[in-house]
Amino acid sequence: MTKIKQVLNDNIRKFGMIIALVGIMILFEILTSGILLTPLNITNIIMQNSYVIVLAIGMMLVIITGEIDLSVGSVAAFIGAIAGVLLVTHDLPVYVAILLCLLIGAGIGAWQGLWIAYFNIPSFIVTLAGMLIFRGLTLVVLNGRTLAPFPDSFRSLSSSFLPDWFNGSNLNIIAIVLGIVFTIAFIFVEINNRRTDLKYGYTTSSFPAFIAKLVVLSIVINIFTYTLSKYAGIPYVLIILLILVLGYSFVMNRMVVGRRIYAVGGNESAAQLSGIKTKKVKFWTFVNMGVLAALAGLIFAGRLNAATPQAGNLFELDAIAAAVIGGASFTGGVGTIFGAVIGALVMGVLNNGMSLMGIGIDWQQAIKGLVLLGAVAFDVMNKNK
Amino acid sequence: MSDILLRMENITKEFPGVKALENVNFEVKKGEIHALIGENGAGKSTLMKVLSGIHPHGSYSGNIVYEDNVCEFKDVNDSEDKGIIIVHQELALIPELSIAENIFLGNERGSKGVVNWRETIKETRELMERVGLVKNPQDLIKDIGVGHQQLVEIAKALSKRVKLLILDEPTAALNEEESENLLNLLLEFKKQGMTSIMISHKLKELFKVSDSITVIRDGQTISSYNLHEDDVNEELIIRDMVGRSLSNMYPDRPKFEGDEIKFEVKDWNVHSPQNADWKVIDNASFNVKKGEIVGIAGLMGAGRTELAMSIFGQSYGKNISGEAFIDGQAVNLKDVDKAIKNGIAYVSEDRKEYGLILMYSVRRNLMLADLSRISKRGIINSRIETREAEKLRESMNIKTPSIEQETMNLSGGNQQKVVLGKWMFTEPEILILDEPTRGIDVGAKSEIYKIINELAEMGKSIIMISSELPELLGMCDRIYTLCEGHITGEHLKENTNQEKLMVDMTHVEA
Repeated sequence: MTKIKQVLNDNIRKFGMIIALVGIMILFEILTSGILLTPLNITNIIMQNSYVIVLAIGMMLVIITGEIDLSVGSVAAFIGAIAGVLLVTHDLPVYVAILLCLLIGAGIGAWQGLWIAYFNIPSFIVTLAGMLIFRGLTLVVLNGRTLAPFPDSFRSLSSSFLPDWFNGSNLNIIAIVLGIVFTIAFIFVEINNRRTDLKYGYTTSSFPAFIAKLVVLSIVINIFTYTLSKYAGIPYVLIILLILVLGYSFVMNRMVVGRRIYAVGGNESAAQLSGIKTKKVKFWTFVNMGVLAALAGLIFAGRLNAATPQAGNLFELDAIAAAVIGGASFTGGVGTIFGAVIGALVMGVLNNGMSLMGIGIDWQQAIKGLVLLGAVAFDVMNKNK
Repeated sequence: MSDILLRMENITKEFPGVKALENVNFEVKKGEIHALIGENGAGKSTLMKVLSGIHPHGSYSGNIVYEDNVCEFKDVNDSEDKGIIIVHQELALIPELSIAENIFLGNERGSKGVVNWRETIKETRELMERVGLVKNPQDLIKDIGVGHQQLVEIAKALSKRVKLLILDEPTAALNEEESENLLNLLLEFKKQGMTSIMISHKLKELFKVSDSITVIRDGQTISSYNLHEDDVNEELIIRDMVGRSLSNMYPDRPKFEGDEIKFEVKDWNVHSPQNADWKVIDNASFNVKKGEIVGIAGLMGAGRTELAMSIFGQSYGKNISGEAFIDGQAVNLKDVDKAIKNGIAYVSEDRKEYGLILMYSVRRNLMLADLSRISKRGIINSRIETREAEKLRESMNIKTPSIEQETMNLSGGNQQKVVLGKWMFTEPEILILDEPTRGIDVGAKSEIYKIINELAEMGKSIIMISSELPELLGMCDRIYTLCEGHITGEHLKENTNQEKLMVDMTHVEA
């Protein structure tokens, strides 16, 4: 009995945020009488939250190193404005403009990282300054006006879908096919991992548990792609997100770089005396954040089909909230990419659900604030038990 | 009133999964200095936490009888009201506040929320006089040495009208002179009628000042001696502590005969990062041969750690000049990475702050200093990692339920073995060990000594820094003395003793 309790306890800590997300989804599914999980709305949730997820991934890394970035909203707006000038005013080719924007994002990250890592100025201050600097520069670049419309190929980044080569009439076949392909790849990787683990003699989970995990996840993936197929299929932005999530998870869990980022946040002095170049790690974490903030700015501008001075308002708080709900700790050293995504989705589903219910922006803000506080309080109390 | 001040009867305290204390009995007479001793994790600190109300009444079973009354302390304030004051091992002072502010923190002199600074300063002066601290009451804590900080803690205890003073490893961070002063102070308090409990690992000190000794092992009282009546010696106490006899702490080491100089530092100068005019290390030169253990002896503030850290990738200091040679070749040790690649390892004196990432697993800590050995093109092979970590756990004899255990849950001795294991993984040729046995218990100490000795026998060159002279004399082939940043002497093991070392450690020849 105690063993069952132990297993349950461990899992609540491990899967707590997923359970919370599922709970919130069920709650709003009931409150909105089934609108939340319609194919159209699920597609909406993904597209509405894509840029928050992108920011949350970068923010997670920054918070893991024990720092903070308050400037991401302004940087996103600034890059949106640059994109507006390059594409709307100067008609540059889309790929050139995107590349330039990402490079400028990297440059901004390097600028802030320089002050933080090499001049030891607290990141709170440097990025607070950045928040003002880049909001101001956004206004300068746009001259206070809105630039629109963007060329179609740029907009497709954030609002188009993979074309359906199979011409399904009501169902988007490519979405279903990709779901199946992804499932097969996933099962293949899992089986392969398990086999090597067994070969090396490492104890893994029991065989029935392993099968159960495969079955459940396969079903979830395919229900998801099937639902998407009933509306318009797979948005491009979902593919970008998938690549980012898988890529960054791999970097953080399996690569030396990831291990170093965690070490710097876990204990900077110990990391430094173990030969890790802590300043360099911090610097590049901010460069990375700059690039992701630029990407988020591009996605947002494309979705809005305009570069506006108000873009990216309070994005930094959404990103920080997502990372924190997803298990990041401000003392550094703790957090996962997957957690950041779950955290962003919790906030996203809350936003979407409350909007569907017709709750005003005033109450939405207040409720989101309480959820943020509640989630972290629950986590802290759970850890102290 | 009897002459027993405190009686703890059948104290049992359980944490989830572990019985930290089991039917512990502990008696302290009025006016005595009572030593409480045991290995790390034996339950000394838990017992003191029960006594002071940090573990409140109801969370343990058994009785606390203090001044002939059964006491049920709900928190630290309750026990402090009765005059029971603990000075913790990790000092609880606020570095940015002054001595006076710290002493009266939470106990401010004044009325209606307004502090009376004249009164505060006056009382601070009186308290400082009692503990023999010669400083300005308005000096900031961060600007005075750790020995003085300890005195401030004691002055703070005195300000609360202490009847029973509990000192948890008071001399752990102090050098011999400061320790001596502190012990004399305790004897002085005893004359004035104060009762103290002292937790320490340093048997010599305990024998010098205490009237009684109680030994705790595995959460149980093993023995209690009256030092004035019973026939007790160190060996007996150690046997009670570890449950076995440790006839000789230090491994046997034949006379060192090697003559191949492995590592040499010449004319090493280091300036303070805070004050560029201050030379922390002044023209230091020394060497260590292959397979040799060389000691560096110096009082606190002599520059031992500064010397070590400035060599190890210039981790300390400014305007560093001088030359370093490995196997006769000049080497560049400008950053930690280069030092490691040149085969140097540095085990810091403060494993929690500089050695380990406490929140991470044993495995992650062991691998930290050489990730390249377990990765290819930047990708870590987790299977090789687990295998290598398991190997290190075995060879270092790290006692942990699993390599996935967080290092903060390990005892001090085992944490130190993790740090050593981390550096062994880099396959170093030269190891700088800074206070390798600080704050760890007797059993683990002797294990660490064994490991160090084995490393030397394997042909590694070892530089060992310690403030415990018997440790240096027991382990080293050769000892350098350091005083105020100067190397003042070089002693061969067979020709020296504590007195000779101490002379060089306290004198700089002009």
